[in-house]
Amino acid sequence: MAVLDIEVDTAVVSPVRKRRRVGALFLAAVAWIVLIGLAAALAGALPIVSPTDMDILARRAPPGAEHWLGTDQLGRDEFSRLIYGARISLTVGLLAPVIGVLIGGSLGMLAGYFRGRFETLTVGGVDVLLAFPPLVFVLAVTAYLGQSVLNITLVIGVLGIPAFTRVARAVTLSLSEREFVVAARALGATHARILLRELLPNVALPLVAFFLLGVAVTIVVEGALSFLGLGVPPPAPSWGSMIAEGRENLDIAPWLAFLPALFMFLSVLAFNIVGDTLRALTDPRPGAL
Amino acid sequence: MTAPLLSVEGVSVELPTPRGALRAVDNVDLALAPGRTLGIVGESGCGKTMLSRAILQLLPKRARLGGRVMFAGRDLTNLPAEALRRLRGPELAVVFQDPMTSLNPVLTIGTQIIETLQAHLGMDAAAAATRGVELLAAVGIPAPAQRLRQYPHQLSGGMRQRVAIAIALSCEPKLLIADEPTTALDVTVQAQILDLLAREQQRRHMAMILITHDLGVVAGRTDEVAVMYAGRIVERAPTSRLFAGMRMPYTEALLAAIPKLDSPPHTPLPAIAGRPPDPTRPLAGCSFAPRCRYADGRCRAAKPPLGDPERAGTLYACWHPLGLSESASA
Amino acid sequence: MTALLSIENLTVEYAVGGKALFAVSDVSLEVGRGETLGLVGESGCGKSTLGRAVLQLRRPTGGRVTFDGTELTRLDGEALRLMRRRLQLIFQDPIASLNPRRSIGDIVAEPLVITGVVDRGERERRVRDVLAAVGLDADLVMGRLPHEFSGGQCQRICIARALILEPELVICDEPVSALDVSIRAQILNLLEDMKRRYGLTLLFIAHDLAVVKAVSDRIAVMYLGRLCEVGPTEQLFARPAHPYTALLLEAIPVPDPTVKPAANLAAGEPPSPLDPPSGCRFRTRCPRADQTCADVVPELREIAVGQFAACHHPLG
Repeated sequence: MAVLDIEVDTAVVSPVRKRRRVGALFLAAVAWIVLIGLAAALAGALPIVSPTDMDILARRAPPGAEHWLGTDQLGRDEFSRLIYGARISLTVGLLAPVIGVLIGGSLGMLAGYFRGRFETLTVGGVDVLLAFPPLVFVLAVTAYLGQSVLNITLVIGVLGIPAFTRVARAVTLSLSEREFVVAARALGATHARILLRELLPNVALPLVAFFLLGVAVTIVVEGALSFLGLGVPPPAPSWGSMIAEGRENLDIAPWLAFLPALFMFLSVLAFNIVGDTLRALTDPRPGAL
Repeated sequence: MTAPLLSVEGVSVELPTPRGALRAVDNVDLALAPGRTLGIVGESGCGKTMLSRAILQLLPKRARLGGRVMFAGRDLTNLPAEALRRLRGPELAVVFQDPMTSLNPVLTIGTQIIETLQAHLGMDAAAAATRGVELLAAVGIPAPAQRLRQYPHQLSGGMRQRVAIAIALSCEPKLLIADEPTTALDVTVQAQILDLLAREQQRRHMAMILITHDLGVVAGRTDEVAVMYAGRIVERAPTSRLFAGMRMPYTEALLAAIPKLDSPPHTPLPAIAGRPPDPTRPLAGCSFAPRCRYADGRCRAAKPPLGDPERAGTLYACWHPLGLSESASA
Repeated sequence: MTALLSIENLTVEYAVGGKALFAVSDVSLEVGRGETLGLVGESGCGKSTLGRAVLQLRRPTGGRVTFDGTELTRLDGEALRLMRRRLQLIFQDPIASLNPRRSIGDIVAEPLVITGVVDRGERERRVRDVLAAVGLDADLVMGRLPHEFSGGQCQRICIARALILEPELVICDEPVSALDVSIRAQILNLLEDMKRRYGLTLLFIAHDLAVVKAVSDRIAVMYLGRLCEVGPTEQLFARPAHPYTALLLEAIPVPDPTVKPAANLAAGEPPSPLDPPSGCRFRTRCPRADQTCADVVPELREIAVGQFAACHHPLG
């Protein structure tokens, strides 16, 4: 085989070292999410007062030794309410996009891969859902099923499905044209295998990035619904309802509105930063960041 | 020999990458007289496109440029942006590989030609439109008046490249840089476009740099050829001399690797083993040494300079040039 | 020589904006076992569509494709999936043909997983064998992702993946046109070597006649969805019968400055396949065209032994 000149190629490029710097901003964002997440998860075990206990003698108390961040107009501990509020914000914020990503992601992938009538139906259904006024939908559901964390999560989750469907479908459409998918078909791979092994790993990352964005949006939406009184019913604390209640005391105790707003702002920002950084970090091409 | 229109003196281009500085162009010297054609040949990643960008002063923002680019008596490397802008079009023009990306997809062909003429030559709209029709006719586009109203996507690849050439020629440039102008086209269309470029070049007495990966393309259509490898020019000679006797083993191997029409089927091709070196890790010696049949210790230890030891107009960078006895090369 | 693959009156139609586009019109070809058939033509001539229609990746609208006595055009679902293992495909863009998020070892082993080779040890052994056969060092390669490799190396990986199931027919769709000249020669030599080692039959699709000549026993030339000429490689190069074949030959740039490029090559470009000319599709660019060419579609007929051309006024 001397003439054939098939050299064993040893000169493979040394792997690109992933020496990408994750900034201090990213670390701070992760730290904030972990802190808030832990506090929310362990709220029951923390040595803090109950968020519904009223200290009638110390209403609208300023921050101090007894109540770290003061009390609200009913004398409830603000710090404790913020922690328990995080519980609701994060529960809804994390669970609602899970509904979107699971249902929307699968629908989008199937529509983008199989095309045809299924795609027409899916896209049509998604358009109908998008055209339906979301606030009316929320009102209708809460009116019939009642206001609870579960119902709020379900409503926001269902409303998020169209966005996830569109992202998943668009990514799948462009990937299905790629040669590596055609190659898998030519090898005789089943549809299930192509969807799970060839397409899913490539669709998953844009979806995860979009999921984190969804978490941020959901926290805001849940806050807005609570602010409007459509969220989790009192006395359970939620950042949105705390802002609404604090609004009435802006002149004497401005921190009552600003503190929950600040917590919400920081959490939303943190999820956005983490989402963006993760997307850039997991791009297999070098220099994508 | 007339004074050169373009002279590239010690030009280097460095690009920062996550793995360190990448020396895309390494100390290149070139000269081109008015009305002449220079072919620059090399494989992908050899730096030929970066070199053309350096001449045009269209390098990426992060790139670091060294050396001088003298064009018609001016050093382009320290010309202010406005002066450069005025130079592009009437003096310097370029045709890229993919006309779909170099033409604006949302403007008609007419708008693109007419705006160029108005901006650079100060023509009024009517005169520019007439000139546009003449230009399209000159580059062989049938029904040119109707074409002015069409958008790039309505034309075939070959027609789009003709339009791109018409725009490049519209201000009668002194130098045209054609960067792989036919790589995206079919063979039969490629021949037409190369003919068109050659014809217009002679008619306008324009200098041209034809950048390509195909030795076949430069063979019949250039006066001089420069072969690039790993950022350097490794051989440069008048075209007929180069093909009559190549000195640099890389050039010879590149020519040998092209399937020949006159050899019977299933003839094994003399392939060049391995691949070009990693440009972020320059070698101490000759960049081609790891793939070269003739390489020895000296080749790996010291970089051969580009020179003309025979004083015959053929420059090469090689310690063991072909077609010469070992004593003559030292 | 028995035909391993036979294509009879194959037609592939697309719907483009309500119009029918005949990507492939009434093409008949045979590929003998152990033979390499080169399929040449310019972009849009239907050569890639033909390749995919053979594998039933694009369902033909008419005609039959028979592989080793089985009519592929009649197979469906599971039977087709099983049959596809005996036919493989290599693409033009080697980097796009590899899933960017899977390791090379995983990608090359995939065909074995699909065909139900459960034993991990056997899979790894076969992956190592085939990687070595295509000139790659398995230890260096298996754990890495496609973007760490150059185009030529990716094409070697694609070839390894296509060969691991030891197919009988490999369709190579422009396998070297995205590669540099020096790498191109390596891959062409590798394909020739693999053909011998695995006893392959190749359908080699390309636009470059010189590349096709280097590997093919016979060559078929296509223009706008129709077959112009088929014949033994050397005979077709020495005495092309169809004016289009002659044009393609003349248009190849020769790396020799003493050979002046042919002047005044047939003007014009291929017309839109949406609106092909009547009669002979090449007539709008053909110097020999007359009224007959506009009225009558030329049939493929034997011009010399084994050489067929679809032309009313063949050369020579």
